[in-house]
Amino acid sequence: MDFVQNVPFFSIMLSMFSGIISSVLSEKWAKWLNTAVILVISVMSGLLLIYLCRTGLGSYIFMMGHFPAPWGNEIRAGVLEAGMAMFFCIVMLLSMTGGRKKLFEEVEYSKHNIYYILADMMLSSLLALVYTNDLFTAYVFVEINTIAACGLIMIRQNGRTIEAAVRYMIMSLLGSGLLLMGICMLYDLTGHLLMSNISQAMAQIMAHGTYRIPMLVTVGIMTIGLAIKSALFPCHAWLPDAYGYSTVSSAAMLSSLVSKGYIFLLIKIFYRVIGLDIIYSSHIIGILFIFGLCGMLFGSFSAIGEKDIRRMIAFSSVAQIGYIYMGFGLGTQEGMVASVYHILVHAATKSLLFISAIGLTDVSGGSRSFFDLNGSGYRNKIAGVGFAVGSLSMVGIPIFSGFVSKLLFAKAAVINPTWKMFPTVIVLAISTILNAIYFLKTVIRIYTPEKQSVVEEKGYYSISWDKQKLYTVTIILFVILNLILGMNSQPIIRMIETGLANFA
Amino acid sequence: MTEANFLLNYGEEVAILLFGIGFANLLVQKNLIKKIIGLNIMDTAVYLFLAEKGYITGRMAPIVVDGVQEVEAYINPIPSGLVLTGIVVSVSVTALMLSLTVRLYKRYHTLDLDEISARLRKEGL
Repeated sequence: MDFVQNVPFFSIMLSMFSGIISSVLSEKWAKWLNTAVILVISVMSGLLLIYLCRTGLGSYIFMMGHFPAPWGNEIRAGVLEAGMAMFFCIVMLLSMTGGRKKLFEEVEYSKHNIYYILADMMLSSLLALVYTNDLFTAYVFVEINTIAACGLIMIRQNGRTIEAAVRYMIMSLLGSGLLLMGICMLYDLTGHLLMSNISQAMAQIMAHGTYRIPMLVTVGIMTIGLAIKSALFPCHAWLPDAYGYSTVSSAAMLSSLVSKGYIFLLIKIFYRVIGLDIIYSSHIIGILFIFGLCGMLFGSFSAIGEKDIRRMIAFSSVAQIGYIYMGFGLGTQEGMVASVYHILVHAATKSLLFISAIGLTDVSGGSRSFFDLNGSGYRNKIAGVGFAVGSLSMVGIPIFSGFVSKLLFAKAAVINPTWKMFPTVIVLAISTILNAIYFLKTVIRIYTPEKQSVVEEKGYYSISWDKQKLYTVTIILFVILNLILGMNSQPIIRMIETGLANFA
Repeated sequence: MTEANFLLNYGEEVAILLFGIGFANLLVQKNLIKKIIGLNIMDTAVYLFLAEKGYITGRMAPIVVDGVQEVEAYINPIPSGLVLTGIVVSVSVTALMLSLTVRLYKRYHTLDLDEISARLRKEGL
C-alpha cells in the first residue's frame, strides 16, 4: 500500500485533533491552526486525487483497525471522494477568510476560538461523511455535523440566531431520527453495517422477493431523512433564518458544505448500499423528482418576494437544492453527473454570493434591505464584482459555472426521453427566468448610482481594496474558481463520471 | 403464519408506534420542552427496536462466564453497541436543545416557539 493512501484517515484525524487542540489555544493560534489544517488537507486530497488518476486505481478500501471486512470499520476513497474533499476544503478556506472581518464585528472576542473549534469539527465530520464506508459511522458523523452547524449558527448571539438554531435543530433531528431508524431496519434486514456488504445482501433479498416492501420502506425512510436534513422543498422552513442571520462565514459554510455533505452521503447510499437498479426502479426517485421541481419554483418565488438580501440568497439555496434532487429524480447516469456538478457549482457560487453581499450591506449603513443597496457596487467595487459574477452564474450565463450545470440538466432530461423530459425542461426554463428576475434586479440596483444627498444623509462610505486586502483576495479567488468551473468543465465532468463509475 | 408473526413481534410494533408518537411530538408541539420529550421518545423507540431485534430467546448477554465460549450461548453484541452509541448521541443532542431552550426562555420568558417567532418579527431584528 502506498503512503498516499493514508490521506483520508489523516485528513479526518487532523481536522478532529486540531479542533480538540484549539480549545486550549488563544484566538490567534486557533485561527492559524484552522487555516493551516484546511490548507494541508486540501493539498493532501489533491495529491490523493492525482495519485488515483495516475495509477488508474479507481477506488480502494482502507481498513480502520485490525478487523477485516464484515466486522471492522472501513474507509473507502476514490476519485470523486478525493476531489470532493479537496473542493470542500477550498470553499471552506475561502468562506473563512472572506468572513473574518465580520466575525470580529459580530462575535464576542472570547468566543472566537470556540468558533474555530466548531469549524474544525464541522470539517472533520464532513470529511468522514465523504470517506466512510460504514453506515452507522456515517450516522454518528451526521449528528456531529448537525451539532457543529448549530453552533456555527448561534455563535452570533441574538434572539434571531438562537431561534434559527432551535428550528434548525428540530428539523435536523427529525431527519436524523428517520435516518437512524432506516439504518437500524436495514441492519435488521441485511445483518451488516458496511456499505458493500449490505449491497450484496440487498441484491439477494431483492432477487428472492420476500422482503421487497420492507426494504423499499427502509430505503424510503433513509432518503426522506437525508432530504429533510439537506432542506429539500417542503422541509426548508428553517433555512432562511439560519442562513440569513448567522455570521457570514457560517452562512457560506452551511449553504455550501453542510447541506452538501448530506447530499453526498445520499448519493453514496444510492450507489453503494441500495444499488442503482433497485433505486431507479422504485418510486422513491419519482417523489424526489417532484419535490425537486416544486423546490425549484417555490424557492425562486419566495426569493422574488423577499426584501432582505441575505434571506433572498438563502431562498435561492432552496431552489438550487431542488435542482440537485431533480437531477437524482431523472434516474439516469447523466442526471446524476449533472447533480454532482451542480453540487460543486452551488457550493462555489453561493458562498461567493453570501460573502460579497456582506460587503455590499456594510457600505450601505449595515442595512440588509434591498432598497438601501442603491449604488453599493460603486462604494465597494470588489464586492459588487463578486455579487455580479455570482448572480450571473446562478442565472446561468455562459462562461460562468451555473451555465454548465443547467446545460447538463437539460441534456440529461432530453437524452433519455421519458415522461420526465417535458416537466424538467419547462421548469428549468421557468426557474431560470425567475432566477434572472431576482438576481439581475439586485445587480441592476447595486449599479444604480444613489443621489449624493442620500449618501451624505445616511452616512454611506466607500471602501477601497487596500483597506480590505484579505476580502479582496478571497473574492478574486472565488471568481477564478467560478470561471474554472464554467470554462474548464470537461475534465471535471470526466472526473465525476469515472468517480461515479468507481462508486458502486 | 402472518398473524402469528404479527403477534410474536409485538416489541417491534410498540417500538415503531413509539417512534411515530415521538416524531409527531417533535414536529407539531409548540412547547419546546414537549418537543424535547418527543425527541427522547423517538430516540428511545429506536433503541427498543434494536434491543428487541438483537435479543435471541434463551441466550445470554455476550459476556463470557464459566468458560462457555460457543457462539450459540450468547446474543449478538452489535445491536447493544449501537444502542450505547445512539444513547451518547441523543444525550448530547438533548443537552444542546435544553441549553438553547434555556437561552430562549431567559430572553423571551416563554417556551412557545411560534410566539417567540412572532415577537422576533415584531422586533424586526
